Amino acid sequence: MTALAAGTRHPVTITLNGQPRTGHAHPRTLLSDFLRHELGAHSTRVGCEHGVCGACTVRIDGVAQRACLTLAVQVDGRRVDTVEGLAREGRMTALQDAFHRHHALQCGFCTAGILMSLADWLVRVPKPTEAELRDMLSGHLCRCTGYAAIVRAVMDVTGQTTESVHV
Amino acid sequence: MTAIPTQHGYVGRPVPRVEDAALLTGSARYADDLPVKPGTLHAAILRSPHAHAELLGIDTAAARTVPGVAAVITGEEAKRFSSPFLVGVKAPMEHWCLAVDRVRYVGEPVAVVLADSRYVAEDALDRIGARYRPLPPVMTFDQAFDAASEPLHPALGSNLVNRRDFTYGDVDGAFAAANWRVSVEVEFPRNSCTPMECFVVLADFDAAEGGYEVLSNFSGPFAVHPVMARALKVPGSKLRLKSPPHSGGSFGNKQAVFPYIVLMGVCARATGRPVKWVEDRLEHLMAATSATARRMALEAAVAADGRVLALRMEQTEDCGAYLRAPEPASLYRNHGNLTGAYDIPTLSVVNRIVLTNKTPTGLNRGFGGGQLYYGLERLMHRVAVELGLDPLDVIRRNLVPAAAMPHATASGGSLDSGDFHACLEEAVERGDLEGLKAKRDAARAEGRLYGIGYAAVVEPSVSNMGYITTVLTAEERRKAGPKNGAQASATVAVDPTGGVSVSVESVPQGQGHRTVLAQVAADVFGLPMEQITVVTDFDTAKDAWSIAAGNYSSRFAGAVAGTAHLAATRLRDRMARLAAPQLNVAAEELVFAGGKVFAAGNPDNALSFSRVAAAGHWSPGTLPDGQEAALRETVFWTPEPLKAPTDADHINSSACYGFIIDFCGVEVDRDTGRVRIDRYVTMHDAGRILNPLLAEGQIQGGFAHAVGAALYEEYAYGDDGRFLSGTFADYLVPTACEVPVPVILHRESPSPVTPLGAKGVGEGNCMSTPVCLANAVADALGVETVTLPLTPHRVAALIHGEEPPRPAGSTAPARPAAATGKPGGRGLTGEGSRAVPATPEQVWAILLDPKELAALLPGCEALDLVGPNAYRAEVVVGVGPVRGRYVAEVALSDLDPPNSLTLSGSGSSALGTGRGSGHVTLERHGDGTLVTYRYTAEVGGKVAAVGGRMLDSAARLIIGQFFDKLIARAGGPEAVPERPSLLARLLRLLGIRP
Amino acid sequence: MKPAPFDYLRPATVADALAALAAGGDDARLIAGGQSLMPMLNMRLVTPRTLIDLSALPELRRVEVADGWLTVGAAVTQNELLARPTLATEAPLLAAALPWVGHFQTRNRGTVGGSVAHADPSAEIPLCLVALEGEVVLRSARKRRTVPASGFFIGPLTTARAADEIVEAVRFRLRKPGAAYGFREMGMRHGDFAITALAATVEADRIRLSVGGVADRPTARDWPRLEGAALDEALNAFAWDLGGDDDQHATATYRRTLVRRLGRAVIEDAQTELTP
Repeated sequence: MTALAAGTRHPVTITLNGQPRTGHAHPRTLLSDFLRHELGAHSTRVGCEHGVCGACTVRIDGVAQRACLTLAVQVDGRRVDTVEGLAREGRMTALQDAFHRHHALQCGFCTAGILMSLADWLVRVPKPTEAELRDMLSGHLCRCTGYAAIVRAVMDVTGQTTESVHV
Repeated sequence: MTAIPTQHGYVGRPVPRVEDAALLTGSARYADDLPVKPGTLHAAILRSPHAHAELLGIDTAAARTVPGVAAVITGEEAKRFSSPFLVGVKAPMEHWCLAVDRVRYVGEPVAVVLADSRYVAEDALDRIGARYRPLPPVMTFDQAFDAASEPLHPALGSNLVNRRDFTYGDVDGAFAAANWRVSVEVEFPRNSCTPMECFVVLADFDAAEGGYEVLSNFSGPFAVHPVMARALKVPGSKLRLKSPPHSGGSFGNKQAVFPYIVLMGVCARATGRPVKWVEDRLEHLMAATSATARRMALEAAVAADGRVLALRMEQTEDCGAYLRAPEPASLYRNHGNLTGAYDIPTLSVVNRIVLTNKTPTGLNRGFGGGQLYYGLERLMHRVAVELGLDPLDVIRRNLVPAAAMPHATASGGSLDSGDFHACLEEAVERGDLEGLKAKRDAARAEGRLYGIGYAAVVEPSVSNMGYITTVLTAEERRKAGPKNGAQASATVAVDPTGGVSVSVESVPQGQGHRTVLAQVAADVFGLPMEQITVVTDFDTAKDAWSIAAGNYSSRFAGAVAGTAHLAATRLRDRMARLAAPQLNVAAEELVFAGGKVFAAGNPDNALSFSRVAAAGHWSPGTLPDGQEAALRETVFWTPEPLKAPTDADHINSSACYGFIIDFCGVEVDRDTGRVRIDRYVTMHDAGRILNPLLAEGQIQGGFAHAVGAALYEEYAYGDDGRFLSGTFADYLVPTACEVPVPVILHRESPSPVTPLGAKGVGEGNCMSTPVCLANAVADALGVETVTLPLTPHRVAALIHGEEPPRPAGSTAPARPAAATGKPGGRGLTGEGSRAVPATPEQVWAILLDPKELAALLPGCEALDLVGPNAYRAEVVVGVGPVRGRYVAEVALSDLDPPNSLTLSGSGSSALGTGRGSGHVTLERHGDGTLVTYRYTAEVGGKVAAVGGRMLDSAARLIIGQFFDKLIARAGGPEAVPERPSLLARLLRLLGIRP
Repeated sequence: MKPAPFDYLRPATVADALAALAAGGDDARLIAGGQSLMPMLNMRLVTPRTLIDLSALPELRRVEVADGWLTVGAAVTQNELLARPTLATEAPLLAAALPWVGHFQTRNRGTVGGSVAHADPSAEIPLCLVALEGEVVLRSARKRRTVPASGFFIGPLTTARAADEIVEAVRFRLRKPGAAYGFREMGMRHGDFAITALAATVEADRIRLSVGGVADRPTARDWPRLEGAALDEALNAFAWDLGGDDDQHATATYRRTLVRRLGRAVIEDAQTELTP
């Protein structure tokens, strides 16, 4: 049985975007804080800390989850992927590029979480309908875009079309 | 990044953003991502659980002993190191950065813990003991008007802070002559745009220099900078304010960071160490800021054809607990366009500002426009209904005609350009209004509830800094000196390699200012966009700025981009004068294109742009006489038409005015009352569009906010003052499933006022869309009055008649109906009765015995007698895993042995406050006693803000526990949860239903 | 908004977890997926001395079909259950209701057992458990017991689970031959807590309507195959018996209205499926 005392910082080792990284965390340290302030992986944004807004969504062993509803000590020994790991050698993925072309982000604060959800979900649902996509996106709050361009970008990158916005 | 050939120019094209790469790959740096100095303390703020209370004292001793805590700051330090914020009207109102002797809204900062980490700081928060004496809260317009209500600021004597009456033209004459009068009364609720990133402040105090250095995601207006400096008791130059490279949205809201800049400045000064504070979402929703709530009464004098000849308008603005700068700007921002898009020649206005025990209000996308047009466009809808006209015809007959541009409005505005009628007709045609009407008719034929709504508005942009002084009388204005203008500044520089940098004071919040400025500068210099670097992180110590700086009033496209264009053009012209002698042509004949500078008629006679740039830096001695070598230009620009208010209170409150005509079809579900937006068409004339991709993004984003304001979002309070919208599960921001894609149409009438002809575009739908949807719902239901937000239960109440009565023999206990009819708006109430197997005398003896009472009170760990029938108790109360340790005062009163008594208590814990009283009667009932109780309770603070959904049932559960114990104590069996009998379970296992 | 300090235990076996729970007493809290508990920890509404993490226990991650029951280990996530290919035939009501539980991202971690143990009066899984006349398997260091759903939920966030017990598994009745099911929910937004959620089971001679979000726990009522005005009367009586409270999102009246109107609709949904 793993037993970690409240008052002690314990070593936590994760595979962050393919690289082994070790930091220290109290049992109560949230994964979102651990990534950002202990490992310096700032791309995971914190928007509500109660699991509704989705900005902090990361992949744990490939599965999209809220980092703010996860303790750092719970991911010891596991794989964590954040948006920093998406682009390879400076080349953005097709999804990132579609977000750029379609203006699917403005302030960008929610974007990392949305991209990480999509990175998991599009593996499971490679050709989503717009309704399915919107259902999945409802786990993220975006205050800038009105979601239209996000939907357009995803439908584009999955080789589908969406309703035109311009008449 | 997408490369676009430069010969076509960038401005006006849908260029993807230069900002995106950093945001998409995670390398962007927001305020909370920036490094902090070693030794930085992390702040957590203790906030008032009360809407209104005297602050009797704060005990910080226990909090200071928590390991890792460096200091606890209270109002004492605030008084020592700061002064109250300046208030925009002459009123004796002290607003300190920390509560001093009174708290006036739930969430008002009371103390700050500074510790090694945020976690530890929050540990210590739980150990601060603040003592309050609750005061009656002022929660509604009516209460604010009531002279008998408790004044929030006793020196003010009233909660009505300001009233101004305006008359423009012969209103009474017009009313006397009119065929019809139509009136509406509406209220616009509190809400806000809640950017995804909350507030962040990093503050440091340099004791040697006596100056503050603060980095925060404050978004302006920098008119607030002097307010902050004054509060910190330093000259503006000693408050160096910086902004981070990226911001997670504002929509105006990040203006309200400023009191925390002062608060953290005080903390840094008091502790001698740098301080960092990151607002969390609970803090943001509860206490950051809100749009104003507004009550409006409008009356129109109408001709038989629907033309509005005169308007009487009464507006009352709820600004919350303090008039926080720049309020009461919300009420005056639209003063020049109070008649909207219409040619209404005469107008009278009564403007009132009231205070309530709610979060202070401030900037919010659409600033004042959503409120104004909710009244005005509901009125125009009613004009059509009451006169039996087509709503669109009423709009048509009242729109300002194109030939009248620029049009002087009754209250002094100058609508600068546009062809409103052409916009309307194009929207009707391209937006297929006929198709929508056919759809409505078909739906109605099937008995469905389908309606069409319209709204026409002008969207003001680039605010006149003088509009706010319209709240003062002409006499007061003369004393204070005239205020006007909207100064924008931009700096453009060329380096020795020919690289161009642009810096501005627009403090972007995610819109894409860097992209547009790169487009503008690239076109001026004939360079590829990649050669332009735009710097938007801002530093008041180094950058050119004035009080109008910042991100608000849609000033970027009209003012800031235009000013950058002026600066770039001036610099280009100077470079032309440098290059002209070398090319032997007049400077005026030079063309900048394709990275070269050449004579207009002879492209081969050219110098590279970088060569000309280098000359300015490397060989100033060879320049023609009188030519300045400096390759840097700063321009300050203010729109020419912006004057101070006249003595007759005419004010052109904005530099330019776009036009929007919207229509939509909605369907209301008969069973649930849910509103579904079937189709939404929005036509904009925002002048010249600098980047259509970004303009579309702004419209879609504004539309989404408006859908939230119309259908979902409200900062809700109970009548007892408790705040109810403390989480994103309670404050309902629309998701991808709630926001449809609007049809967006454009016409472009360049503004004659702004350098590039551009106007604002991002706020308009926050003005037009809420009322357009409300009009559609009113049309669908055929009702006169609707209430925002149009939540399902409100809409359902308009559809469904009286509730079917409770059937005779229903087993459920009756519960008192909500006194106000407003859900969640009352205190908790309940009643019940239980049979106890003991005589009234025996029950009485139990209740009056402190030991017995201690055993009955749920979670009571200590009960000390402090007076006759008065106790101090420590109780651990809650449901399930949610428990709070409350220190409570408990009293028995109204003693009528052995018949009745009142048991009352009040207490507080880290979870918030609670108080309640229950009247208990004992009736002999056979051998035992029927105990009947009726209770009222109020729960405040955190648990109310985040758990409103379950408060009633939790209260019942806890009170039930009390009586279960009483019954057990009196000799009866303890209530057991309903459980099927063993036989029933056996039968069920065998698949047999008993 | 950070949790108060706690010791963290991650047992490798259920037996270890139960021993830890027995030692921790009322100051210990169990965490499985944490999608309800973590927000309450972050807000410091819950401040345990010890947190016992059940999410890694393989014993709690099994799904079994036997003897007319679908038995779901407490640490099976909602999305794992939803992704079960045979779910729609085994428990069509669950297949219909699970997509309404939170969002994709929270279902990835939120567990079936955790939702039942949390006992939110609006939650879908407890509603399904009541609707399907299910059971909760509770285990302490001393014994294992099974509590029917109707007796498990006592009030808001309050259940029959004793402080030293864990929810080991949740048992749903498998689809009955000749039965049809319906599910409807009214929330403010997609994925929100239900204002009212309704599950109908219709069989040859019986209607069972279960309602969440109105009373302080999910509540079911059985009728014979009522129709027309008789069904309206029964729905009205049920609505009044459920009561409901006002909150900032809806009135009690509105909740009762939904019981009447959506109650009829969800029963009709099931009936339509029964007699195509």
